[in-house]
Amino acid sequence: MAEFALEINNLQKVYDNNVVALKGIDLKVKKGDFYALLGPNGAGKSSTIGIIGSLVTKSGGTVSVFGNDINKDLNKAKSLLGVVSQEINFSQFEKVLDIVVTQAGFYGIPKSIAMPKVESILKRLSLWDKRNVQARTLSGGYKRRLMIAKAIIHEPKLLILDEPTAGVDIELRREMWSFLKEINKNGTTIILTTHYLEEAEQLCRNIGIIDQGSIVANTSMKDLLGTLNVQGFVFDLHQPLEKAPTIEGFPLKLEDPLTLIAAVNKDRSINALFSELTKLNIKIKSMRNESNRLEELFIEMVNSNEK
Amino acid sequence: MNQIDLRSYLLRWSILMKNNFSVAISLWTLTVKEVRRFLRIWVQTLVPPAVTMSLYFVIFGSLIGPRIGSMDGFDYIQYMIPGLIMLSVITNSYNNVVSSFYSVKFQKSIEELLISPMPNWTILLGFVLGGVCRGVLIGIIVFGVSLLFYPDFTVANPLLTVTVLFLTSILFSLMGFINAVFADSFDDISIIPTFILTPLIYLGGVFYSINILPETWRSISMANPMLYVVNTFREGMLGVSDVSISFSLGMIIAFILILTSSCLYLLKKGTGIRQ
Repeated sequence: MAEFALEINNLQKVYDNNVVALKGIDLKVKKGDFYALLGPNGAGKSSTIGIIGSLVTKSGGTVSVFGNDINKDLNKAKSLLGVVSQEINFSQFEKVLDIVVTQAGFYGIPKSIAMPKVESILKRLSLWDKRNVQARTLSGGYKRRLMIAKAIIHEPKLLILDEPTAGVDIELRREMWSFLKEINKNGTTIILTTHYLEEAEQLCRNIGIIDQGSIVANTSMKDLLGTLNVQGFVFDLHQPLEKAPTIEGFPLKLEDPLTLIAAVNKDRSINALFSELTKLNIKIKSMRNESNRLEELFIEMVNSNEK
Repeated sequence: MNQIDLRSYLLRWSILMKNNFSVAISLWTLTVKEVRRFLRIWVQTLVPPAVTMSLYFVIFGSLIGPRIGSMDGFDYIQYMIPGLIMLSVITNSYNNVVSSFYSVKFQKSIEELLISPMPNWTILLGFVLGGVCRGVLIGIIVFGVSLLFYPDFTVANPLLTVTVLFLTSILFSLMGFINAVFADSFDDISIIPTFILTPLIYLGGVFYSINILPETWRSISMANPMLYVVNTFREGMLGVSDVSISFSLGMIIAFILILTSSCLYLLKKGTGIRQ
């Protein structure tokens, strides 16, 4: 039995216009994992997913899905894989039900066997009432749901989602998160690429960061976030300040007269900062984290890779 | 054969049967999808050939035909019928596959097929069967329309007629597939049908026998592949032809084999469909 849902070794891709998209990446995703693959635009995420899904031809290296090398057992690997592409990729003129039933047929599942499964998935994704409408009339959010329904109809063991929540509203995004958590809990390994770093932080246990065709980090979310040395806090003040106070060991800056931002080192206690502020008669109305922690790390890693 | 050998043989056999069943289901699914596509837009796909051919029969058959007289011993309208059926079959088989395959490329729904475990030959066969279904259906519709204008028409050799009908649909569906593989825009899918296919068909003996041409033009016409397709079909329907039937059938089958190999090579290489 294969230990990894996905195993990539020295994967390379050079496009016809000599653009080097992947410089020999190695990646292993364990069975049952919820894995985030992050990277700026053009980093190589979609090329990687395209190669796994046979939409892009690799220039070198190996890819195995549950131990099935795509060079040797391509059809077996494909039958274990579901892909939700970044762009809408179904016939816009077909009915929702036909699209999902047809996709099941492409995996060798006859309509009579697929129908109960199709019904349950469409109901779970709130698409059942729209089963007889042409796909082109669906809103952006429903089109995204249809993409997911299509990708899981054959019950893949590995589901790859390329920015599945791009352009959908917060409510639907959270609904999708809950659905993805549910299918991951039921045993499906999930790989997710996203630009919403909050999404990766909320959903994924492990994370890979890809930049300029190379993997710059591949670790657990917990360990990655643990590498943050400094945490930013935003204080809303009772009284306006003219300039940021100077407190030794706590760099402070004033965003506006009523908003103070502090950088607190991991080995320092925030209580010490509160004491110093109280000594200076600065009263705090409320406090919050400065920004998404993962975002900070992501920018830091990508920037250091560019240097 | 001992018990272990028998068990492993049965296991391999059941896996093979399961795989074959899956492939058959995927082929059926794609073919039904293709047929459903052209039936859904029947006003654009099935009605125009019936209307256009009715006009041909009215103008060239009923009005001008009697003034032309007989052609190879047949009434002119009767002589035209096989040619016009072939004209419709060729253009519709070609157009069905070229527009359908280019559309799935354009809409990116080709990804649904490429991601699935369908073998390449199933993808090709599914599209070709879609083209054949439309081509044959159009052939039947145009033949039905022709009977309204010439009710006494009898088919001389039904077996040859049906064989050529299917072979021609397959041949031009394959050509449409190759056109779609290389097409980068909607212009690219109309250039070949408009500027190459249609002129060759019109000059391939749809409306006349090459025996009425001067020697030079007759020799030039012999280099037109459409002449062989149209005349082989005319041999089936009327029992008269300007060319050798066995040679024509051999060439059609040879081209089908060459084009099938080319299509499978292009699919394997991913030309026009994989980056």
